[in-house]
Amino acid sequence: MDYDISINIAGLDLKNPVIVASGILGLSQCIFDRLYKIGAGAIVSKSISLLPREGYRNPTIVSVDNMSYINAVGLANPGAESFSTEISKNKGPLLVSLVGSEKSEFSVIVRKFRDHKILGFELNLSCPHVEKMGMEIGDDLKLVYDIIQSIKKETTKPLFVKVGLGKSDILEVAKVAESAGADGITAINTLRAMKIDIETQCPVLENKIGGLSGSAIKPLGIRCVYELSKSLKIPIIGCGGIMTYSDVVEYMMAGASAIQIGSLIGLKGISSIGKIVMGLRSYLEAGNINDIKEIIGIAHR
Amino acid sequence: MPIDKNLMRVVKIEDVNIETPTVKTIFFKDSLSSVSKPGQFLMVWIPRREELPLSVMISDTKNHAAITIRKNGYGSTSLFNKDIGDRIGIRGPFGNSFSFNKSLKNIIFLGGGTGLVPLVRLLYYIKEYDSKFTFIMGAKTKSELFFTELIYEWAKVKKIDLHIATEDGSLGTKGYPTDILRAFLSVHKDIDMIYTCGPELMMKKVYDIAIINSVRMEASIERYMKCGIGICSSCCINDKLVCVDGTIFNETKIQKLTEFGVSYRNKSGILTKF
Repeated sequence: MDYDISINIAGLDLKNPVIVASGILGLSQCIFDRLYKIGAGAIVSKSISLLPREGYRNPTIVSVDNMSYINAVGLANPGAESFSTEISKNKGPLLVSLVGSEKSEFSVIVRKFRDHKILGFELNLSCPHVEKMGMEIGDDLKLVYDIIQSIKKETTKPLFVKVGLGKSDILEVAKVAESAGADGITAINTLRAMKIDIETQCPVLENKIGGLSGSAIKPLGIRCVYELSKSLKIPIIGCGGIMTYSDVVEYMMAGASAIQIGSLIGLKGISSIGKIVMGLRSYLEAGNINDIKEIIGIAHR
Repeated sequence: MPIDKNLMRVVKIEDVNIETPTVKTIFFKDSLSSVSKPGQFLMVWIPRREELPLSVMISDTKNHAAITIRKNGYGSTSLFNKDIGDRIGIRGPFGNSFSFNKSLKNIIFLGGGTGLVPLVRLLYYIKEYDSKFTFIMGAKTKSELFFTELIYEWAKVKKIDLHIATEDGSLGTKGYPTDILRAFLSVHKDIDMIYTCGPELMMKKVYDIAIINSVRMEASIERYMKCGIGICSSCCINDKLVCVDGTIFNETKIQKLTEFGVSYRNKSGILTKF
């Protein structure tokens, strides 16, 4: 019996639902090829801005317990021009993450990838630690609508919109994204958080505030995916604190059609991707579930 | 419960050693760092300033470790200016380590600048072995050399052949340490291993010389590093992440690293020529 873990999301056929989240190992074609080989269903690139960004000075990441991190990398990325050269020979399932501070930037970035063999795009509306980029854009519903429309005008490829817990209600932002033509929602991004060292009496991260990821945010992610899937028609990619195949199952039962992993790779290394995929197969086998799609949203029944 | 190496420990600087006017060794107590394998590195936090990846130096005191820093940029200068009693944060040790075993009978160490740190730690670990040690050290000029006293001290007990190259000829051979290596290998045909750490273009020469002479080698590769735990990609060289797959790579692995000695990723992640 072959237990099927392939999925179709927003018209994309993925060999499995395990996607490497944006910001994680996201800037080198050589590394992408290694991730495909290890078994990633798809990869999301680092968020690409119009111009290169160096990001913040270190420390850019701090571990807050043994399963969670706070990071403020500051959207370091090579910029659209360099990154389009980097991935010009890409053949794997890659989504390019987009970030910007003005509506006009997004169509320019998307055009750079017009002739590339990529799956589609993910719009980062929820980076919690860079001013005027990410979350501050995501909080402006009119701007969200306009940016999505401007991207959809430039490409026929699917666009996922990554939402987080900002000032605007996540359901409201997602609904606006859906009405503007988004093909799917990725939820959730990291959450604004902070670590202060009590001995030196100062914040650890250079940017002081960063985004919390890892086990600590999983219950929030599950809740958001559950609520989003109840009120949206477009598919959802669940993200936040996935450490084991059972976390994947939980997100899918909440309504996610696919999931993304990030912090796990920091804790267990690149090979953890393959282990999650294997774990999923064994889970289906043990439960005699022929097709992973059967469990999507099952918790809503 | 054992301490998680990913969690930062804030430690007090207990001693410092001025190596040269611009190089300092800082000693502190941290049991995880004290058992670092030769070649492993720490992420060192200088509060309110920066966090830097630094190779672990040796300390003779139990549960203690050290780091050696050259003042250069913003972060390294802030760390250099720290003194006894000041606090710094430590996470790690991270990365792999030099491979070594007693079957290696004739070993060369070749390094320059702060690249000497992991080599000295390695020598410290294996100096009791019944092997022949040759240490080739390079610097721009005599005043920039350090750790020579330490090696002379060890050489009183165990024969260590120390060769020095300075670019201006103020001490030892005038030229580069790789010139010494080339000449040395033309005479000595029984070398089992070359360990190297220092500027990449120097290590590239060591690699080329090792290949020509069919000698095994291991190099500690440096790249711009942020996370230290294999998720940010800042330190990638081809399909390898220096922080988790390295920093030590042998000649077989280096052969596949077409970026070695050619290009590196800048802070934005753009592939840039050396």
